[in-house]
Amino acid sequence: MVKVKPRVPIPKRPVDERIRDFNEVIVGYDERQAIEEAKRCLQCPSKPCVKGCPIGVDIPRFIKFIRNREFEKAYRVLIEKCPIPAITGRVCPQEKQCERECILAKLGQPIAIGALERFVADWAREQGLEKIRHKERRIRGRRVAVVGSGPSGIVVALDLARLGYEITIFEALHKPGGVLVYGIPEFRLPKRIVEEELEYLKELEVEIKLGIVAGRTITLYQLLDEYDAVFIGAGAGHPRFLNIPGENLNDIYSANEFLTRVNLMKAYMFPTYDTPIHVGKRTAIIGAGNTAMDAARTAIRLGANEVYVLYRRTRKEMPARREEVINAEEEGVKSVFLVQPIEFMGSSKVESIKLMRMKLGEPDQTGRPKPIPTGEVIEFPADVVINAIGFHPNPLIPRTTPKLKTDNRGRIMTDQFGRTSIKRVYAGGDVVIGEGTVIEAMGQGRKVAKTIHLDLLRS
Amino acid sequence: MVLEYEILEKRVLASRIKEIRIYAPLIAKSAKAGQFVIIIPDKYGERIPLTLVDWSRSEGWIKLVFLETGVSTIKLGLKRVGDRVYHVVGPLGNPSKIDYYGKVLLIGGGVANAALYPIARELKRKGNYIVAAIGARSSSVLIYEDELRSICDEVYVSTDDGSKGFKGYVSQLVDELLRKNSRYDIAWIIGPAPMMRECSKVTKKYGIKAYASLNSLMVCGMGMCGACRVRVGGSVKFTCIDGPEFEAHEVEWDELINRLNMYREDERKALQILLSRIRR
Repeated sequence: MVKVKPRVPIPKRPVDERIRDFNEVIVGYDERQAIEEAKRCLQCPSKPCVKGCPIGVDIPRFIKFIRNREFEKAYRVLIEKCPIPAITGRVCPQEKQCERECILAKLGQPIAIGALERFVADWAREQGLEKIRHKERRIRGRRVAVVGSGPSGIVVALDLARLGYEITIFEALHKPGGVLVYGIPEFRLPKRIVEEELEYLKELEVEIKLGIVAGRTITLYQLLDEYDAVFIGAGAGHPRFLNIPGENLNDIYSANEFLTRVNLMKAYMFPTYDTPIHVGKRTAIIGAGNTAMDAARTAIRLGANEVYVLYRRTRKEMPARREEVINAEEEGVKSVFLVQPIEFMGSSKVESIKLMRMKLGEPDQTGRPKPIPTGEVIEFPADVVINAIGFHPNPLIPRTTPKLKTDNRGRIMTDQFGRTSIKRVYAGGDVVIGEGTVIEAMGQGRKVAKTIHLDLLRS
Repeated sequence: MVLEYEILEKRVLASRIKEIRIYAPLIAKSAKAGQFVIIIPDKYGERIPLTLVDWSRSEGWIKLVFLETGVSTIKLGLKRVGDRVYHVVGPLGNPSKIDYYGKVLLIGGGVANAALYPIARELKRKGNYIVAAIGARSSSVLIYEDELRSICDEVYVSTDDGSKGFKGYVSQLVDELLRKNSRYDIAWIIGPAPMMRECSKVTKKYGIKAYASLNSLMVCGMGMCGACRVRVGGSVKFTCIDGPEFEAHEVEWDELINRLNMYREDERKALQILLSRIRR
């Protein structure tokens, strides 16, 4: 058996300190730690890690440069493929992608690719390195509209802008970034970093128009009149509800509302900021994905005495990243497994939840054991509830564009290259996949940008 | 040069009721009767919905009328001509179902009488005979009467204190009107939720289909958050993308009213802080 050096631990702030503020939890490697971790990389010629990356970053090459202390070169390698590495280094589920494919994963712990990516990106930002260099003004006078400034839209805009296309991004909210800004909390992804990474769009002369709701302020057909192509990356930000009695009682939030109030509207600074939020003494989160963990950890920071995650399966099946589950548990989030809400109770506001006890049965279509009701019902007191069971794609654009074909789950239908049922209209990201990750949406954006480029060359 | 979101004109319509015209050419270009905008007064502000009262495509402005009840509306009311509002997005929501119906009853209460104006104008364009019943606490806070008289075929007024027109609530006025003649093809109700609930009962009693424009609390205004959800006909709807107008008789009014009061304590606290700051 080969002996492999253990991974250099990724520094985190101590629990009792971090739960009192919204500052970032992960501290990240310093130079010495980064170089030491980079030295563990075997530099395998087959580069399995690259195959695990949805946007194909040349991982061994940038790690090699870190090892040689050539951080700027490492950065150039990174942004060749990933335009926003300070963001992806923080939010990518590396353990399911590049790090899972790492040879060292089979021998012990994989290389901390995410932490190294983040180190290089932060180093470059601190040095004030510009990203520009990749602009090739090959294309002139062709215009593309990008609907949504989230992960997929960012990549489409940047990839096409680098080729010389004139890009306008239409964002419905008052700040750019989509889910990076309204959804992912400050303590996981500081908004300052999102802003700095999006500076790249300005460097490439991408125009961002805020407060424009495609389908309302401007229709898709109007965009087609003015642009050679339209990319829809409107995301999956339409919350699902349970459709059980009592769901509209006060202090029951969708995770999207709860997180939007806190992240985008800064309700954690109420009344300095005007948007209020209720957090309760005993807060219950329904669901166990990454959004549920974000909501639970946010509730802890807002001062909830007790925060419970209610999940219909067990810890093993929790869809959240393991790292986030551990962070949440460290911070005091408790879990109740094998329960499914069947009713919310209370007079004007929620006071308790009726939960059906579940047991695990045979695997369902997703491969996970199917939860089956046992018939036993318990009452669970809670004064704030955050529903994090999931999202649908936003229905606004399909509803106002009847010719745009969607499937039975409301997702915009495309061919494998990202073309929708309307000519010159393309789509990608969660509005097509359903619920994916930031990097999956970016990977799709890259693919669709290529399609748009090739189609426009031919037309 | 006029900047986007700049206030072009401001009028005080009554005590605490203001009307502003904002330069927002893209919104003006697509606006339709019954739609609303989300407005953020300053960079600390909340996103609040306000109904579009009027707009000019050629001049690029939109008009909003609001009652100063809390932090956001007071901040908005403090803005002067030439100031910019932090953010405006719209038009949002589905337009009113404008059509030829025949005889239409428009019911308004308080500041929302202004919101009836664009609906009245579009319905008139379709050739409808329009009767408006508008209410206010007192004649001194009755707004948009002249504007509605310039369009509607008949206008009836109620005031709670009897200082003008019928003495009592607008729901009682409507009951009177319908008792005399209930042959209306459709009705619109816009006002505070308790007023809409009562007017909905009255129209239901006389078998008149009515649309109500709901004033739910909102955050995003575009289907992302669900803050504005209401129960209509037994199923959960989002006021922002499924409404704001729903069939009044199907709306679960008590639930809506309960949800409107969700942040009452927080709002009171924030208001006190703002007022003490203004006084200083």
